Amino acid sequence: MYKRPFIALMYHYKMQLAISMLLCIMLVVFILASPDTFLSWSIYESFLSTIPFFAIPAIGMTLVVVCGEMDMCFPSTIAMSGFVFSWLWTATGNSALSIIGALVAGTAIGWTNGLIVVKIGVPSIIATIGTQFFWRGLIMILCSGLAIDLSGIQDSPLHHVFAGRLAGHISSQALWAIGIAVMVGFLLNRHVYGDALRFTGDNTETALKMGVPVGLVRISAFSLMGFFCAISGIIACIEMGSWWPTQGEGYLLLVFASVFIGGTSVFGGEGSVYGTCVGAIIIGIVEAGIISAGLSGFWTRTVYGIIIVVSASLYVVMAKSGRR
Amino acid sequence: MSFILRLNHISKSFGAVLALKDVSLDLGDNEILGLLGDNGAGKSTLVKIISGIFPPDSGSMCVNGETIDFRRYSGARSRRFGIETVHQDHALAEKQPLWRNVFVGRHLKNGLGFIHAAEEKRETLKLLHNVIGLPAEGLDPDLPASVLSGGERQGLAIGRAMYFQSHLIILDEPTTALSLHETEKVLGFIKKIKEAGKACIFISHNIAQVFAVADRCVVMDRGEIVADESKNEMTLESLTKLLISFNRRQEILHV
Ligand SMILES: Nc1ncnc2c1ncn2[C@@H]1O[C@H](COP(=O)(O)OP(=O)(O)OP(=O)(O)O)[C@@H](O)[C@H]1O
Ligand SMILES: [Mg+2]
Repeated sequence: MYKRPFIALMYHYKMQLAISMLLCIMLVVFILASPDTFLSWSIYESFLSTIPFFAIPAIGMTLVVVCGEMDMCFPSTIAMSGFVFSWLWTATGNSALSIIGALVAGTAIGWTNGLIVVKIGVPSIIATIGTQFFWRGLIMILCSGLAIDLSGIQDSPLHHVFAGRLAGHISSQALWAIGIAVMVGFLLNRHVYGDALRFTGDNTETALKMGVPVGLVRISAFSLMGFFCAISGIIACIEMGSWWPTQGEGYLLLVFASVFIGGTSVFGGEGSVYGTCVGAIIIGIVEAGIISAGLSGFWTRTVYGIIIVVSASLYVVMAKSGRR
Repeated sequence: MSFILRLNHISKSFGAVLALKDVSLDLGDNEILGLLGDNGAGKSTLVKIISGIFPPDSGSMCVNGETIDFRRYSGARSRRFGIETVHQDHALAEKQPLWRNVFVGRHLKNGLGFIHAAEEKRETLKLLHNVIGLPAEGLDPDLPASVLSGGERQGLAIGRAMYFQSHLIILDEPTTALSLHETEKVLGFIKKIKEAGKACIFISHNIAQVFAVADRCVVMDRGEIVADESKNEMTLESLTKLLISFNRRQEILHV
């Protein structure tokens, strides 16, 4: 119980330290394995444009997992908000309306998930698998399985704001992701809302007895997740200049991998936005690392799978040994 | 004497189990009430109704002269009415740092809802030192609640209740699972509550402990109040006899 300040500080940030070191080790390994690729700026430039697409939903997922829930629906939330955005943009050409429409759609899908989980009481993992299929199916019906061409959007001011390149190199989406991460980080660590999320996920009984509005907190976490998915969907449409019906599908694995590598507890109650962001970076560069090391692309999934299981196990073991 | 709490004809059932049967009880604003009764007598159920965890099926309640609307009553509202409860279980969230456990639901915050963490940590240190009696040196409010011993946990929960200047502090079996030494500390806390001019409901199975600190004892038996006596009307022996007589009656009824 009694520790010297420096040791206490290290103890407090042990997760953050562990994951930062993991990232450094990986970078060193990749640079040694394929120096041509990993010593040129262009690969990092491409990371900056691709990682934010799943890093932003992963930040939202961190909040959901901290309050003890899961959202398996989010790939469809991304696609549905992207669809609403593209449909409104092609129909009206009004940027503000399209963005607001997409944000409302995403938030509403998240809110519905929250209602099903909290008001009806279906375990979130089951409820959101159901809604994931529902929304994906509805999207297919609405778009008849066809992509939407958004050519022209890349010349609009929207593109500069959401998918431009600062100084010609740094993508706007990376800046958005960093901004969101800082905001959510403060929310989780220093705001009463973050505190309510932690207690809800740690011990619902205690939270309720101490006067935390547990139901409201859980519903709002799902809603926020929907909101962040919408941002990711909008940016993806603008960056690619099109919307496609399977949008978001590949992100399921990437998002959960980012969150769990980042040290967010699988049991809820604690989580780190910093960890999630570094996790997303690790996940983002693994693929490039594997391919440029000369292995086939088939390896990436296997490696992701190993990373998820190993990191989740490590943190469970660490948590056990940290407790008496 | 004015009343901090008045309960009128409170009843509550869970399915077929009638947990509380027409319970009426008044509590003075500087009274320490000992609540005794067998397992399953309905003590915790009564506590949960008072602290807003769930509403009764029927009956009414006044806190500090104000009639409670149970449709709008909750754990958060009971705390705003000055009722602080240390529940029998789940008093603390294990993974959360000590300072968050002290201030949960009542953070020191600015207008935007951001927490003054540094100040809360300082206050937590003071609380751990002054109320629970841990040595201040090297104590870290960032450690998770899971590092505390059983007695320290109860101490933290009680200290939290004292810190927030509540009018009524309810302790549901705070001394179960505690060593003799830690129990003495808890009884000391209760005496402090009396000195501070506040009210307390103290639930325990240990008659001697209740007798040592309570101004008045209420005995519950299968959802009903069966005895209600003030300290100067009773001795430890008469109280013990009373409790035993109810257990006997129960045994006879069960045969
Ligand atoms: N949530 C619940 N659902 C169903 N039955 C309940 C619930 N809570 C309490 N009961 C029942 O109500 C009765 C009273 O329980 P209560 O917890 O109030 O007893 P108690 O006096 O606190 O006992 P103990 O001394 O063991 O803590 C018991 O028969 C119990 O089984
Ligand atoms: Mg009880």
